[in-house]
Order: sequence, then C-alpha cells, then structure tokens
Amino acid sequence: MRISRLFCASLVALGALAAPRTAAAQDNAQGVQAQIDQLKREFEALKQEYGDRLSALEARLAALPPGQNPPPAQTPAVATPTPNNPTPVATPEPAQTAAGQAGTAQVPPGAEGAGGPAGQLPVYGAAVAGSKVFNPDMAVIGDFLGAAGSNPVRPDPFSLSNHPSPLQMHESEASFQAVVDPYARADFFISFGEEGVDLEEGYMTLTSLPGGLLTRVGKMRAAFGKVNSLHNHVLPWADRPLVSTNLVGGEDGIDDAGFSVARLIPNPWLFLEATGQVFRGDSGPDESPLFRTARRSDVSYIGHLRGYQDITEDSNIDLGFSYARGHNTAGVIDGVDLGRFTTSLYGLDATFRWRPLRRSIYHSFIGRSEIIWSRREQFDALQRAMGFYVSGDYQFARRWFAGVRIDRSDRADNAVVHDNGQSIVLTYWPSEFSQVRGQYRRTVYAEGPEANELLFQFQFSIGAHGAHPF
Amino acid sequence: MWTNKVFMKRTFLLIALVALLVAPMPASAQGKLNVMATTEDLASIGREIGGDRISIDAIARGYQDPHFVEAKPSFILKLQRADLLIVVGRELEIGWLPPLITQSRNGKIQPGAEGYLDASLQAQILEIPSGQITRAMGDVHPLGNPHYWLDPENGKRIAKQIADKLSQLHPNDRAFFQQQLAAFSKKLDEAEKRWLAAMAPYKGMKMVTYHRSFPNFADRFGLDIVGYVEPRPGIPPTPQHTLDLINEMKRQNVKLVLVEPYFDLKTPNAIGRETGAKVLVMPPSVGGVKEVTDYFKLFDYDINLLVNAIKSIGTN
Repeated sequence: MRISRLFCASLVALGALAAPRTAAAQDNAQGVQAQIDQLKREFEALKQEYGDRLSALEARLAALPPGQNPPPAQTPAVATPTPNNPTPVATPEPAQTAAGQAGTAQVPPGAEGAGGPAGQLPVYGAAVAGSKVFNPDMAVIGDFLGAAGSNPVRPDPFSLSNHPSPLQMHESEASFQAVVDPYARADFFISFGEEGVDLEEGYMTLTSLPGGLLTRVGKMRAAFGKVNSLHNHVLPWADRPLVSTNLVGGEDGIDDAGFSVARLIPNPWLFLEATGQVFRGDSGPDESPLFRTARRSDVSYIGHLRGYQDITEDSNIDLGFSYARGHNTAGVIDGVDLGRFTTSLYGLDATFRWRPLRRSIYHSFIGRSEIIWSRREQFDALQRAMGFYVSGDYQFARRWFAGVRIDRSDRADNAVVHDNGQSIVLTYWPSEFSQVRGQYRRTVYAEGPEANELLFQFQFSIGAHGAHPF
Repeated sequence: MWTNKVFMKRTFLLIALVALLVAPMPASAQGKLNVMATTEDLASIGREIGGDRISIDAIARGYQDPHFVEAKPSFILKLQRADLLIVVGRELEIGWLPPLITQSRNGKIQPGAEGYLDASLQAQILEIPSGQITRAMGDVHPLGNPHYWLDPENGKRIAKQIADKLSQLHPNDRAFFQQQLAAFSKKLDEAEKRWLAAMAPYKGMKMVTYHRSFPNFADRFGLDIVGYVEPRPGIPPTPQHTLDLINEMKRQNVKLVLVEPYFDLKTPNAIGRETGAKVLVMPPSVGGVKEVTDYFKLFDYDINLLVNAIKSIGTN
C-alpha cells in the first residue's frame, strides 16, 4: 500500500516536473519550425533568384561568339533618338531576358494530362541557335559588267567567249571563311556565273607549322605575279590586262588544285618570301587553255619570290619574280598528247604604293607593272612571247579614284603578232561595300581592227566585312 | 639531252627548296617577352605594365584611322616574332588584322591561342546594337563601339587583363607585373580625380563629333554628344545631313565640334562657320598629336583642350 502511494506520488511529482518542460519543448519546436520555414522561404527565394540569373547567363553565353567571354559590367548604351543616331542600341538585359524566355514554351492548351507533359517545355532550337556561332563568315560579292561601243575581235568584252555579252551579271562570288581548329583555317570562294558554278578557290591554310612555313592545300589562284592572284572584285579595273588574257589564261588564270608552301627568308634588310606550288596541271579557260594534263605526272610548278620594303611610313615598294611551267595542248591530236609540249612563264612585277597615314582615307597612289615572258613549245616552233602592262591609280577623294593603264602583249601561240591597249578608269565608292566604275578602253588588235569601248561595272557586297586588299 | 635538262632543273629546284627550309628563323629576344599591340593606346598601357620585362610595339599609328590600316608585309615580320598580340577587338581591326595574323606563321598569336589577347573582353562596351542591324546603318560594329579605351576606368581593366596575361606567359615575373599594375592603377586613379574635377563644371556640355570615337569619353566626363558629322558610321558627310546637323546644333545651341586628326576639316569648318561652334582636332589615341606620348598624356591633352575651348566659348 505504501509502495502504491509512493508510486502515485512519484508519478504526480514526475508529472508536475515534466509539465513545464513539455510546454517549453513545444515552444521550442514551434520556434525551430518557424526558423525552418523562414529558411525554406529564403532558400526558395535564393533558388529562384539564382535560377533566373543562371538562365540569363546561359542565354547570354549562348549568344556570344566562340572564344569570347562576356564583358562584366555593361552599362546602358546611350540611345539618343536623333537623326544622327539611327542605330538602335540598348542594354544587354532586355536581349538576355528575351533569350531566356526563348528557352522554354508552354504546353499548348488541351495537350496536357493523360500522361503527357504539363507546364513548360524546353525549346531545343535555342541551343541550336547557339551553335550557329561556329558558322563561317559569309559574304557575297556581286559583279555586274556592261560594255558599249564596238569590238569586232572579242564579242564578249570580258572573256575569250564568242558570245556577244554587252550586259552580264558576270559573277556572284560567295565566300565562306573560318578557323578550322587551333592549327588551320579554311577559305572557300565559290563563283556563280550566269550559266554555271565554279569553285574559284577552296583551301585550308596551316597557320602553325614549324619552320615558319605557311602551307595551303586545296584549289587556289597561283602566286604568279600580281594580277593572277587577285579576285575580280579587288582589281582596279573592270577587265584584266592584255598580257594576262594572252599569256596567263585571263580571268581563269593559273587557278588549280594542289599544294602551296611559302616561307619567309630571314635577312636584315627586307621582307623576303619564297613560295613554291605544285598543281594538278589544268589552268586557263576552255577556249584557250594554258596548262592541260594528259598524264597523272603532268603537274604544273609555280615559284614566286617576293621582296617588300617600306621606303617611308607613307610609301613602299613591292617586287616579285615568278616562274610557272606546265603542259600545254599544242601537241594534242584527236585527244592524244603526241607532242608532250610545255609552256614556261617568267614574270617580273613591281608595285609602288603611297598613302599618307594622316590622310590615308582620302589620298593614295598605286603604280603597278608586270612583264611576262612566255615560252610555248609547239609543233611549228618555240613561241617566245612577251607582254606587259603599266598602270597608275590615284585616289583624289575619300570615295573617288582615277587611273590609267597601258597594255601590250604578244599572242602566246603566235608571238609575231601582238595587241595594244590603253584604258582610263574612274571609280566611285558610295561606301566600303559598293563600287561603281567606268572605263574607256581602246584596243588595237593584231588582226587590224581597233576597238573603242566604254566598260562599266557595279560591285556590291553583303555579309561579313572582308579584309581590305593590299 | 632534254631529260638531262629537266633533271638539272629539278635538282636545282630541290636544292633551292632545301636551302630555304634549313635557313634559320629569327629568334625572339632572350628573356624579354615580345609584345605587339594593334594600337598605340594598348602599347602604352602594356608598356606601363610590362616595364623593362617586355619589348612592345604598335601596328597602327595614333594619327591614322585605325579602321583603315594597310596590311603591310613589314607588319608580318613583326607579328612573326611576337609572343603576345594585344588587339582592341570589337571588329575595329577586321579590315586588316586577319590576313596579317594568318600570314605571320606564328601559332602563338592566332585567335584563341595563349598569345592572343582581346583587350575588350573585360571593358565596359557602349553602343552594342540590339535587334536587326544592316549595312544601311553604315559600317556599324555589331559587337559594340570599339573606342572604349577613352575611359580611364576601362584603362584599368585593360591593364589588369594585360598584367594577368603577362603573368600567365611569364609566371616568374608575376609579382613584378602585379606590382606594376597596382602602381599604374593608383596613378590612374589620382589622375582621373584630377580630370573629373577639371571637367565637373562642364557636365552636360553639348557637342558634336565627326565619328563615333568618343562615347566612352563622353560617358565618363559627363559630356552630351548630340550628333555626328558622318551621317552613318564610315559614310562621308552629305549636304542634307550637314544641313540637318547645323539646324540641330543651332536649335540645341551646340558650340563644340570634335574632329579626329585623320578626318578632313572642310565640312566641320563649314559647320563651325554656320553655327559659331569651335572646331577642335582632338586625338582619340596616343600618338594622335606629337605631345601625346602615353595614355596619361592623352587625357591630359584632350581635357586641357576641351576645358580651354569651353572657357573661350564662355568668354566669347
């Protein structure tokens, strides 16, 4: 009985002691719960904030070109709505937000449920859009040519074709240029004519080879002289000089598939570069081929030595010696190359440039000349032809250029006859991306007749900003 | 006989080729980093950071238009020997630098390589176009205005990038480069206070510039550029645009026209005559005029020029 009483008393005492502790514990638990809830809310808020910031950052990174880090603090751009400030400029934030939103899309109404998706869906196109940064730089240059006047010898004023073409969308050149990997870059120039497509150039340049070698593999314009290596749109004339047409394959020129290796020759005096090229051996237009192969071993060889020196900071001189050799078609009878004849070309080129740095966008002068000797083996005799041009182009205002050119050239397959020509040229650049040119050309052909023509040219480019020619 | 001739020719060519290949390449200076910068502004900041541990040179001169530099082969020789190439970026050099880099035969300075530094990556860039841009807007830079070095705050950011890059390329000199950076930043901070104080009374001063060369400068020193002599970037002034600009300047009472040293003064002078505005030839680059021989002197000169011009306008 005493034990029972003692037990009851103990229980009561325990209960009395435990009662306030339980209340305190309940208070504590509520406080902890409140803190946890608070932390949860803060965590959710932080999660939301960082999620948003991460999405914005990802969108921003996806929009950047490769190899570029985002600039840290972009301030609002000055967007003054005046006639002088037509370019829309804004802070990057709105663009980022838009890009971020483009990353997801709502499930269409009615499509939810039945095990299907609900809420927001990822838009995979956004990631694909980001991958476009690896696309090459692309541009298209249009070259429209026209001619007025008479030319009884060359119905097409710009080629050896017999089809009279006084107006022609001569060429639309598409270029694709990009870095291939840490060791190389690639350049493609595809020429769309009115009737066909031609790969004008398409090559890979190895930029980091040991020994200072600059190596190209692919199809390219050969490093023979100056004019042969230039695309139409960087020529200072609407046409090409007679010596180029008669002896070096004209507009097509020496443009072939093969290898090119160039190396700088160290010396204390000047820039000296030697280039050696080996091509398949097919060059020049179908109407008058320069080199043609009949066997696999009929490759053509090109060698070029270039010396360059600054005279002052405003002027410089560029000299070159070129050599080319390949098989010609003089010995081909009924499709069989019986003669196995070759053509060898030797060339000297000189360019003088003057451009005062302080007014470099307003005034400049370029004087050019090339002399080319051709040694063409034929059944009748070795034809030793020679030709040259001398030209000068003066920039007299920011957008205006005037030039003259004097031409003379023997014919490669009949060196006793020759053609003479003179041209005056006026060029206007409405902007860096378009050009209008007029050229008066007088040509006295070996056949006797004289041609007086007014050539005109419109050039325009769209797309990536290319390098200025030098 | 013919076979012998061909054989001799080919042997000669082979010998010439071998001689070319074995000719020694120029060696870089022992110990010193060989740095090339595309402009004199970057070269000046690089010189402050690199001190005597580097040799540094610039391609474009400060008095020439940096958009139109000729890709001369003599620059290829300089780039061939470079350990580091610092570029302004934002497509300022797009018309002339890519062929130079390709022909340099120098793997170290190819874009993306360790020795290629785009100084714009940490800088504050203004006028980043948003939305559709076309060439109808002129020669716009799609990645923003590349004349960002004309803000001393960006000068510090450029300097930090250069110091980090030099430290990466020459880890043994890291402490030296960081010490140089600290000294340069301190000196620039002090100078900036002076320049800001000098310009403070003229905050909000309206002006016109020839090209969009000064947005960062105007932003830092509180100037208000209300128009440009060029109707569009890279497009020469047209009569109609010049007339519109004159009317706008009269309406807003604009009394200053800033012209970069490489632009023709004919149109700005005509605008000045019509509006009574003062035409200032203000260099945007180190080397733009003879007195501006480094990055500090560029701001000293430009701010002094501006303050004196504004005072004379006030006096008149």
